[in-house]
Amino acid sequence: MRFFWAKPSLWAVCALLVLGAPPVLAQPASAAAQRPVASAQQFVLSNGMTLMVSVNRRAPTAVHMLWLRVGSIDEVDGTSGVAHVVEHMMFKGTPSLAPGEYSKRIAALGGRDNAFTSRDATAYHQQIPAARLREVMELEADRFARNTWADEEFKREIEVIKEERRQRVDDSPRAQLYEIARAAMFTASPYRRPIIGWMNDLDAMTAQDVREFYKRWYAPANAAVVVAGDVDVDQVRQWAEQYYGAIPARAVPERKPRLEPPQSGPRRIEHRARSNQPYVSLMYKVPQLEAQALRQAELGPGTSRDALALTVLAAVLDGHSAARLDRALTQGERRLALRAGAFNGLYGRGPQVFVLDGVPADGVPAQQLMDALREQVGRIAREGVSEVELARVKTQWVASETYKRDALFSQANELGSNWLLGFPIDAGAVIVQHLRSITAQEVQSVAQRYFGDEQLTEAVLVPQAGTPSLPRRGGPGAGDTPAREH
Amino acid sequence: MLRLALTLAAGLRRAPFAALPRCLSLLLVGLMAPAWASLPIEHWQQPSGARVYLVRSPSIPMLDVQVDFDAGLRREPAQQIGLASAMANLLSKGVLAHGQDGALDENAITEAWVDLGASFSASAGADRLSFSLRSLTDPVLLGKAVALAARQLGEPAFPAQVWRRERERYIADLKESYTRPASVAGRHYVKAIYGDHPYGHEMTEQTLQRISTEDMQRFYRAHVGACQARVSLVGDIDRAQADALVGQLLARLPQGPCGSGARLPAVAEVQPLRQPAQLRIAFKAAQARVLIGQPGFKRSDPDVFALTVGNYILGGGGFVSRLTRQVRELRGLSYSVYSYFSPGLHAGSFTIGLSTRPDQADQAVGVVYDVLRDFVEKGPSEQELREAQQSLIGGFVLRLDSNARLLENVANIAWHDLPLDYLSTWSAQVERLSTADIRAAFARKVQPDRMVTLVLGAGS
Repeated sequence: MRFFWAKPSLWAVCALLVLGAPPVLAQPASAAAQRPVASAQQFVLSNGMTLMVSVNRRAPTAVHMLWLRVGSIDEVDGTSGVAHVVEHMMFKGTPSLAPGEYSKRIAALGGRDNAFTSRDATAYHQQIPAARLREVMELEADRFARNTWADEEFKREIEVIKEERRQRVDDSPRAQLYEIARAAMFTASPYRRPIIGWMNDLDAMTAQDVREFYKRWYAPANAAVVVAGDVDVDQVRQWAEQYYGAIPARAVPERKPRLEPPQSGPRRIEHRARSNQPYVSLMYKVPQLEAQALRQAELGPGTSRDALALTVLAAVLDGHSAARLDRALTQGERRLALRAGAFNGLYGRGPQVFVLDGVPADGVPAQQLMDALREQVGRIAREGVSEVELARVKTQWVASETYKRDALFSQANELGSNWLLGFPIDAGAVIVQHLRSITAQEVQSVAQRYFGDEQLTEAVLVPQAGTPSLPRRGGPGAGDTPAREH
Repeated sequence: MLRLALTLAAGLRRAPFAALPRCLSLLLVGLMAPAWASLPIEHWQQPSGARVYLVRSPSIPMLDVQVDFDAGLRREPAQQIGLASAMANLLSKGVLAHGQDGALDENAITEAWVDLGASFSASAGADRLSFSLRSLTDPVLLGKAVALAARQLGEPAFPAQVWRRERERYIADLKESYTRPASVAGRHYVKAIYGDHPYGHEMTEQTLQRISTEDMQRFYRAHVGACQARVSLVGDIDRAQADALVGQLLARLPQGPCGSGARLPAVAEVQPLRQPAQLRIAFKAAQARVLIGQPGFKRSDPDVFALTVGNYILGGGGFVSRLTRQVRELRGLSYSVYSYFSPGLHAGSFTIGLSTRPDQADQAVGVVYDVLRDFVEKGPSEQELREAQQSLIGGFVLRLDSNARLLENVANIAWHDLPLDYLSTWSAQVERLSTADIRAAFARKVQPDRMVTLVLGAGS
């Protein structure tokens, strides 16, 4: 999954706080490596909707998710943020359900519900006692097909969404930096727009914009329902046909490719904001793992294999606190950085990016840290990586395969993500297999080929003078306020 | 608590109570719930005095272990705030040579853990110093993991040069936090709530500068011994294996008895507020931050169920709570509005929080007080209580459906000396509450006329 941006689950937000992860592009490389979904099955309902079921009987609980293949990537200029607004309005009723009643019903079933919007997708999810699955499927199918609300509801909710934007972006210098950096990095790709939307587009959004977007994209053939947990596959299938399969089929609109034209020269943005710490980010456009490649028995040389090698490269640089970036940049008496990181996007519906980022140590110019980050990749390009460090990152991925079985939600999430990208149902296991086959030579080769400055966007956060006065009194401060549900 | 602890270990956000409940606010923070059937917790005490709590979870070949000590932030000397967090951080930065075993530096330790496919970390919460071990149960891997963890527990090196570096990072992060509205608001708020109590102590550049690695060594030795350990295990392991494992894990710690003479001194209680306080702090930001509250209750309080279920109805239950309905759904004033209790060994705060456009701050505060006063005065309606009970009891199974969630609950039972059948009687405790119980409990603990009202960055 991409980052949980616009409407993260509570736990996702917590995780971000704990890791102190930079916004938007930062994510552990191992997130791409997912566990085998041995017992998962996939079906297509009579109206073209997809159903995925994974049986896991550890506890009498289940996760139910509705995935839509529509995210901010499907928006057009002037209505940025509308995919996320639709997600909010989905909680505002149907002909048989008053505004807010949906969450009440889920709570009455002992469930928890939430939703998120990413660049690539919109997903609605419920964690429930397994015995209540049928009722949840009925409720979710109802709003999927018949979401309806009065203009008044929209007028209130758009104000909530503007508050969300203020909270997430307008009071976060790094979030602002990445918003601007993406707009500089992408020219034609819709990835240039923020998921939450530009404030002016939110100001100008109308109820009609939202209804039209919903009507256009919320079609059965553009959706998948995912169920994981203590369930019976045949029973789930029957209910899915009954509730979701009954929704009339209709065509999914054709999508314009809107491909990003090749970049041929470095771009640089500087953002000045109230902050005490500078921050630098080097973003390189890189190839991605294609769905087609995962359907072949052998993954031969090519861009998909390069994408995997780039993920291994990110792990060799930043897979753990004794990896190359920390050793070279954040340890020792004369260190250059307080923090340094590397991340590879690997897959998605739009163009992917490899990120090197860091916080300069006191007195270290931003440019010096950027040079040092590039030199770490440069060293690998010249000297390669050792078998030991390669084995080390692979051991982590293998162990994480087992640990991932502990979390039902991430299993459901992985299935939905696989459907979204057209990956095979067991893509997680397949990707780990392929990652394990990446050689030291391949890692060296991608370090040589993808880090010229032709494809580079540099983003620098420059602390602005006149920061608010330091408080002299007061107790321990709160972290950034995590968002609540949708 | 585990997540709170991790947050603190990161060294960035020193927010004992401010951070925890925000993440957990949709859960029953005070209750940390139960299992679906009668979840068997096996409990015994080792000759060293260590108390062991085990839940067998055989379906995945993995094991999670948490070891807790009474060495959290509340035990820090007032002049050295940050000591417990810094010490926890340094616990993975080096071990001393011992007998046949050579010394290990931070990178050697990290690489050893990565090579085992396992992880081990320490973190300091408001009350507890917690160690967390996660490993596969392959006997060779697990054996090595326990041996390494035992060395880190028993022979920490606390390297001074690493501390100098980490301290620089703490101070830089601290300075950065002074530019962030949520951090600044939280800092002022916590001070106003707790006064001089350790829960309200503020880490500053000065308090960090006063901390040496010798202080860490002393603090560690004074608070960490086998006899004080509460060890919780969840995973694919039986009682005999668990007993041996815990023995090995703690073998390098001091084994002396926890005699009455060795007891740690009592920590003072949080004092109630004597009068209301209005804090208005100027700050230029896109949103004003509002925090309203007072000291709450201790985890040992008999009102814990009534207060926690009541708070679910008031502002803890996400979209179905009164605060969300009035502030967000009906008025569009905020993306996020919540209330929580944060009971610990002492009375952690009761807090209501939200953020809103600066010019709306006063309106939002007014709405919050209307909701709060009405709730405290009249209590929940019969229907609200029924719905809350239905939701909490029905959703009880979700609190325990992974090893990670189980561990959190078992460690909570271990730490607070809750009865071993706590999880299996949890639903009955929720079920038997009446609206009068909740109203009475709120009347005892929540005084809307004696609260801190902090507004940071409101429009003029």
